[in-house]
Amino acid sequence: MLLTFNQIVFVLLTTIPIPRDIDLPLPFSSWGLKFFLVVLFLLHILFVNLMVGGSLLAVFFEILGLNQKKYDQLGKKITETVTVNKSLAVVLGVGPLLCINLVYTIHFYSANTLTGYAWISIIPLVIIAFLLAYLHKYTWLNWQEKNKKFHIFIGSMAAFLFLCIPLIFLTNINLMLFPDKWPEVSGFFSSLRVGNVFPRYFHFLTASLALTGLFLAGWFGRKKYPLETALPEFSHAELKKIFYKLTFYATVAQFAFGPLLLFTLPYSGISITLIIIILVGAALALLVLWYLHREIKKGNDQPGYSYAVIIFIFTLVVIAMGTGRHIYREVSLAPHRALIASESERFHAILLATRMRLAAGQGAGEALGTAITGEKIFVNCAACHAVDKILAGPSLVEIYSLYKDNPEGIVKWAKAPGKKRPQFAPMPSFAQLGDEKLQLVADYILETVRQNTTSGKAAESPQK
Amino acid sequence: MDFPQFFFDLIGNRLFMAIIASIHVFINHPLAVGAYPLIVLIEWWGRRTGKVEWDRLAYRITFVLFIITTTVGALTGVGIWFTTALIAPFGIGSLLRVFFWAWFTEWLVFISEVILIMIYFLTWKRWSEGLMKKVHIGFGIFLAAFSWLTMAIIVGILGFMMDSGTWPVTRTFISGFFNPLYLPQLAFRTTYAMMTAGLCAWFMIFFFTEKGSPFRRQAVRLVAAWSFGWAVPFIPSALWYWYRVPDSMLANINVGLMTQRFMHWHHTLAVIMLATVGVISLITLIGIIRPRYITGLVLLVPFVLGIWLLGHFERVREFIRKPYVIADYMYSNGVKIEEMPVFQRDGILPYATWVKNHRVTSVNQLDAGCDVFLVTCSRCHTTSGLNSLTAKFKNLYGPEPWDKEVLNAFLRTMHVTRTYMPPFPGNDAEVEALVTYIKYLQNNREPIFDAQARWQPKPAQPVDSMSSP
Ligand code: HEC
Ligand code: HEC
Repeated sequence: MLLTFNQIVFVLLTTIPIPRDIDLPLPFSSWGLKFFLVVLFLLHILFVNLMVGGSLLAVFFEILGLNQKKYDQLGKKITETVTVNKSLAVVLGVGPLLCINLVYTIHFYSANTLTGYAWISIIPLVIIAFLLAYLHKYTWLNWQEKNKKFHIFIGSMAAFLFLCIPLIFLTNINLMLFPDKWPEVSGFFSSLRVGNVFPRYFHFLTASLALTGLFLAGWFGRKKYPLETALPEFSHAELKKIFYKLTFYATVAQFAFGPLLLFTLPYSGISITLIIIILVGAALALLVLWYLHREIKKGNDQPGYSYAVIIFIFTLVVIAMGTGRHIYREVSLAPHRALIASESERFHAILLATRMRLAAGQGAGEALGTAITGEKIFVNCAACHAVDKILAGPSLVEIYSLYKDNPEGIVKWAKAPGKKRPQFAPMPSFAQLGDEKLQLVADYILETVRQNTTSGKAAESPQK
Repeated sequence: MDFPQFFFDLIGNRLFMAIIASIHVFINHPLAVGAYPLIVLIEWWGRRTGKVEWDRLAYRITFVLFIITTTVGALTGVGIWFTTALIAPFGIGSLLRVFFWAWFTEWLVFISEVILIMIYFLTWKRWSEGLMKKVHIGFGIFLAAFSWLTMAIIVGILGFMMDSGTWPVTRTFISGFFNPLYLPQLAFRTTYAMMTAGLCAWFMIFFFTEKGSPFRRQAVRLVAAWSFGWAVPFIPSALWYWYRVPDSMLANINVGLMTQRFMHWHHTLAVIMLATVGVISLITLIGIIRPRYITGLVLLVPFVLGIWLLGHFERVREFIRKPYVIADYMYSNGVKIEEMPVFQRDGILPYATWVKNHRVTSVNQLDAGCDVFLVTCSRCHTTSGLNSLTAKFKNLYGPEPWDKEVLNAFLRTMHVTRTYMPPFPGNDAEVEALVTYIKYLQNNREPIFDAQARWQPKPAQPVDSMSSP
């Protein structure tokens, strides 16, 4: 090694923000939380995929339907799945959000605040997208004749928003991995340049199409689906072919986007384990392709048993990719987390030392008699009272004129102030200081004014 | 100080949070927690009497609820996570460590709630006869129960933020959750939700039934009776909450000003509460006896009152919570009570990550002052927008150039004189720097736009202390 650990730390310290972690224990073992995170996230992203893919396909088929009526019906049926999937996508998102906030507190929140306005705009954007999706669904029949173009426009707007929202999330998830870039970032658009946001995004979009194809093949292909009434112009075999083909081509495309994503990943988190897991995933994906190809060629029946096989292998692919993603994050963040831990520890030591010194010092200070003077206590009053100026309360000169022979009166007032002068807000009570200290401050007030009046005659100012 | 500062200088972070949270509560209480049981009641009544109009009405109301709660309702709830992530990551990050399991459970309940509302709404037409209708009503009952449970869990967390009970000592989940305010608050919110749900349903009846029809009269009578029935238990539960709040609040408050202001608000609260209950009782009584007399416009009156009541409650809750995010543990600006002596001795800047200046020097006073402002005041004040420092100080000290000594004294005593603010967490040099910055703001309206981008490496000293064991 050319650099010692301390030298590396020094270099990092001068280029990376090193905050302290929250010093409360995690509510659960960090491995358990990470396991939750990976599993719950995959569940969430599954429905996000179906929502995004479904809304794109619905509009696509609606446009095809302009020429061939039957595709319009297909689009409508797909929309009906989107409004359900989108609700599941949202509720299932909360769990992984809680987990990631716990496990990667510093990193995730920092990414959120750095992309601030874009991050918070997710909320209104999702609300608008959902409302548009409902509008699209519930006006499908009514706007069939006169408003068709506008109806397609509504659907496209919803689909467009469904495309934007994941990009914002992805930018956050990506930005959190590269703390060394945080200082250079100002807002969402500059965060797009960090790491490899776009390859990841294309990978995600293509996965959405592949998964939605697989889902719809099963959805329309299942025996109980009332094809005769819902989509009379389609046969099971035809629908199966359409959606299997979609999954097939999207998965083929992943063999371009996947490597692109891998090769553009910043080096910081690459490890052998990662490469192996990704390769296993890719091999399984090849198997999926082979199965799909066979099914597409077979042609004329319902998905049936082989559907379960495909789903099973596909699930393994998704788990491999999700695990790879997590391992990359762990490796990538490990050095920064070590720095955070040592910074937190260092601060903790300072806290403890200070507390002990303070405890010892208090005794010493009292013994020396340096602790309390009227002047020091007067700091409590100085924000509102000055010798001959009116601040938020009457001047000391005025107080002097009222209480010059009666310091007890000041103490009494300060413990339970009344309401006399209409031009001021009421004075807060200082009972918590205690009689002794208030006595000191009362003496100090009277003494100060006395000195001022005898030396500089400030009190009897000539003008007033 | 450990997170980049998201800072909305014109509106201020407080209002920002308040908007999202209020929308959520205004939707969640009457349109979810309160409305589901009422709808199930109407559906059940329709089945019993065999009149399809009841069923149709229940379905139409559910359609509105379905659209609103699965969009604005659900998303503003999730939005609270997004907003707190920006405004107080230190606070929500800490709360999450204490309350993870409560939130996790609430999440499972929330998932069930959303699935149930989808089943309930989407199967309405299909499960309309015989046994399936019974099953459908059963799902409705589950839905009502789950949406109430979601609220019951969240209330524990809200109450905790106002009064942490014995948590600072015990640090256990149960002691934080079942704090002294838990039950009164839950009773208050539950009865409030039920009562206002009737009013919302009443409002929708005007759109979903025929004018002057006998059915409209019957429907109005039913929902009016519902609201009236809930207004009765609302009174004792509201009073219970009302009496309980000062007990736990005023225990920590020993400053007259605070107490006065609090008592003033507390008083207003009583007045609004009485007015709301009075108006609602009156209107619902008329609704029961003479359904035709009440028009949609009249209904807006208790509506507005109800929103005012809830809004005022939330405001008092927020005000009382100050200066803490977590009572007796962490202040709203993220400084923990136990850290105070360190910061007051060494300054906060050397320990803050996201600032440009880590030490106040003779040349960087103004810029360091801006850092101090961001770290210590910006969670609650803007520079010159809403709730701005400039307006606050002008209020206190008038328009003439503010006196340095006076500002200085203000900062040193800000907690003692105004308990709703934390003590100033910095040393003398930082007080000076902030005074310089405040005086600069008096003459220069200069919003901060780059709060997040203020970062400079910490001084090298941390390495020394790390390398020398
Ligand atoms: C937040 C501002 C504020 C602070 C801090 C403050 N005061 Fe006052 N003080 C006032 C105001 C306002 C009045 C006038 C009240 C009125 O007349 O209604 C006042 C009035 C007084 C009076 C005159 C009472 C009278 O009989 O007219 C005395 C004496 C006094 N303060 C003492 C103190 C002392 C001692 C302290 C510090 C321990 C202190 N004040 C701190 C705002 C303050
Ligand atoms: C916990 C949040 C919080 C923090 C942090 C905070 N304040 Fe305040 N501040 C408040 C509240 C609440 C008020 C009262 C607002 C009102 O009257 O509506 C207030 C009022 C004020 C006032 C007016 C006081 C009066 O008597 O009218 C000034 C001046 C002020 N703050 C300055 C500051 C400065 C300077 C800082 C940073 C060092 C700061 N505050 C930090 C919450 C905070």
